Amino acid sequence: MRGDLLDVRELKVVFYTYRGIIKALNGVELWMNHEERLGLIGETGCGKSVTSLSIMGLIEQPGEIISGDVYFEGKSMQKMSMEELHDMRGKKISMIFQEPVSALNPVMRIGFQVAESISRAKDIKIKEAYPEVLKMLELVGLDSKRTASLYPHELSGGMAQRAMIAMALSSNPKLLIADEPTSALDVTIQAQIMELLDELVREMGNAVILITHDMGVAAEFCDKIAVMYAGNVVERASTVDIFEEPLHPYTKGLLKAVPKIGQSKELVGITGTVPDLVNPPTGCRFHPRCPYAMNKCSQKMPPLIEAKPGHHVACYLYTQEGEHNAN
Amino acid sequence: MPTEVKTETLLSVENLKKYFPVKRGAFRRLLYVRAVDDVTFQVPKESVFAVVGESGSGKTTLGRTVLRLIEPTSGKIIYKNEDFTKISLKSLRIFRRKMQIISQDPYNSLHPRKLVKDIIGEGLKIHFHMSSNEILDTVKETLERVGLREEHMFRYPHEFSGGQRQRIATARAIVLKPEFLVLDEPTSALDVSVQAIILKMFKDLKSSLSLTYLFITHDLAVVDYMSDYVAVMYLGQIMEMGTKEDVFNNTAHPYTILLMNSIPVPDPRHKNKKMIPKGEIPSSINPPSGCRFHTRCPYAKEVCKKEEPKFVKISKGHFVKCHFPIIE
Repeated sequence: MRGDLLDVRELKVVFYTYRGIIKALNGVELWMNHEERLGLIGETGCGKSVTSLSIMGLIEQPGEIISGDVYFEGKSMQKMSMEELHDMRGKKISMIFQEPVSALNPVMRIGFQVAESISRAKDIKIKEAYPEVLKMLELVGLDSKRTASLYPHELSGGMAQRAMIAMALSSNPKLLIADEPTSALDVTIQAQIMELLDELVREMGNAVILITHDMGVAAEFCDKIAVMYAGNVVERASTVDIFEEPLHPYTKGLLKAVPKIGQSKELVGITGTVPDLVNPPTGCRFHPRCPYAMNKCSQKMPPLIEAKPGHHVACYLYTQEGEHNAN
Repeated sequence: MPTEVKTETLLSVENLKKYFPVKRGAFRRLLYVRAVDDVTFQVPKESVFAVVGESGSGKTTLGRTVLRLIEPTSGKIIYKNEDFTKISLKSLRIFRRKMQIISQDPYNSLHPRKLVKDIIGEGLKIHFHMSSNEILDTVKETLERVGLREEHMFRYPHEFSGGQRQRIATARAIVLKPEFLVLDEPTSALDVSVQAIILKMFKDLKSSLSLTYLFITHDLAVVDYMSDYVAVMYLGQIMEMGTKEDVFNNTAHPYTILLMNSIPVPDPRHKNKKMIPKGEIPSSINPPSGCRFHTRCPYAKEVCKKEEPKFVKISKGHFVKCHFPIIE
């Protein structure tokens, strides 16, 4: 088994819309171990969020998993009953979102919402959960008594995200999925939240999938990084390898486009646009924008292979066939 | 290094204030949001002057007030030796041609039911009284300038991606041959691979059309890439201002330092212990007394709570608003 906590195998997800069938995930391969921090990076519409929803078992109409499976601690989620799934969500996997204020229930006090998630995680009554609520709110750096009695609209974005983290970690889940947790926040508040998350997760030993489009946030927080493009994981390696020896042309392009303080180099963007997933390009979905594209690239999607120990890439530049073609 | 920056001033802003009235509390008391509170700066001709700040710092209000899209509460805006605040609305139109704005959200800034040619050409009709054939020719030429093609003229905004829409917004602005552009977070809604291309386009247009930019952003890395001069805003006031080298390499204000520390570095080997401003950004309705940053500043002393620091010059062209600037 590739990852002892999570193994996503050839996951294909489609959404049926009036425009046609959106092929959102095109055989995603993703795996991770306990206590690992995996960064899922990619641009708008690459399928980062759909991947995380699949892991939570939350793909609903008009979406459908058409093939592949998600194994959580070795168990197939496709074969799990509704009760088992229900039990897994919130207890073993929890999630925090980009817009913390809208992810909270606007008509319930923060204390009640945290208590609710604690009571579910520990199978106790909501009233009995209150001492734990104060403890959790304190842990995330909030003034616990005061915050517990507030409504979500009375909190700033940073405070609301702290409250969300308190809810998500109250069950001490095996896996925390953080979907762009700081994208809506200011940079100083982002730094506070990422530091908090780093400390808490280190103490509690949770594995984290951090979904982000910010290469800086991923570089600082994650051990491993998976790069997604148009519904595929195109590269997966340790954070250092991704930043220092990227293999996939898309990853290389992405890194050249990121502005960095104190670097005098010109930025280079990636020409072309992200494909429409109703009519995705054949073969490798990056080939129309790829400077190294070969004939083979438009015919068949390259498999995710281990090009170097621990460094996986889906590109014909690193397969025997590809080298043959290139010459 | 800013290559041969000309010292002639194009835009000079003096003690600019913009207060928005709001009614708050049980008695609907009249209070003011001090969005821009006593701001002074000069934008040299053909330079990129960046205004950087977090949300609520007043950077967007500043950009709009400078163009009089919002009327200032008080203060002067001097554009090429003429007091822009005193010009009648009628003659404002002549200035408007020379001063254009490109806003953050390319999804809302383009009229959804107009063709691209009409979006770009409307200003030509108003300002240059061109015939429709002339307009079509000019629009075509301008589209090519921003990296689009002739055939895009007869399409609607929804047919374009975010990056392309920002190109259309740019074409609409530069078609009038402006001198001064306010770029209000022009790439914040775009993916990073597209951002790089759009920023490059702004750089190229600046040199080929001799433009001056007021570049508003929250991203210091983009500031470093684009600008010659930087003003760092916090709660409606400029905390530090100077050339890019001054602000980035001889940083004097604690807020600027902490802001730079907060930025995540896209380099996994860079793992220094961060110093981050504590607490939340206060409200600009009731800003802290004294120095507005004292509630979050690690170096704050008694005097910072009581007395507002002056905006002082610490070296040529380098200004800072702090009682205890960090000077090496």
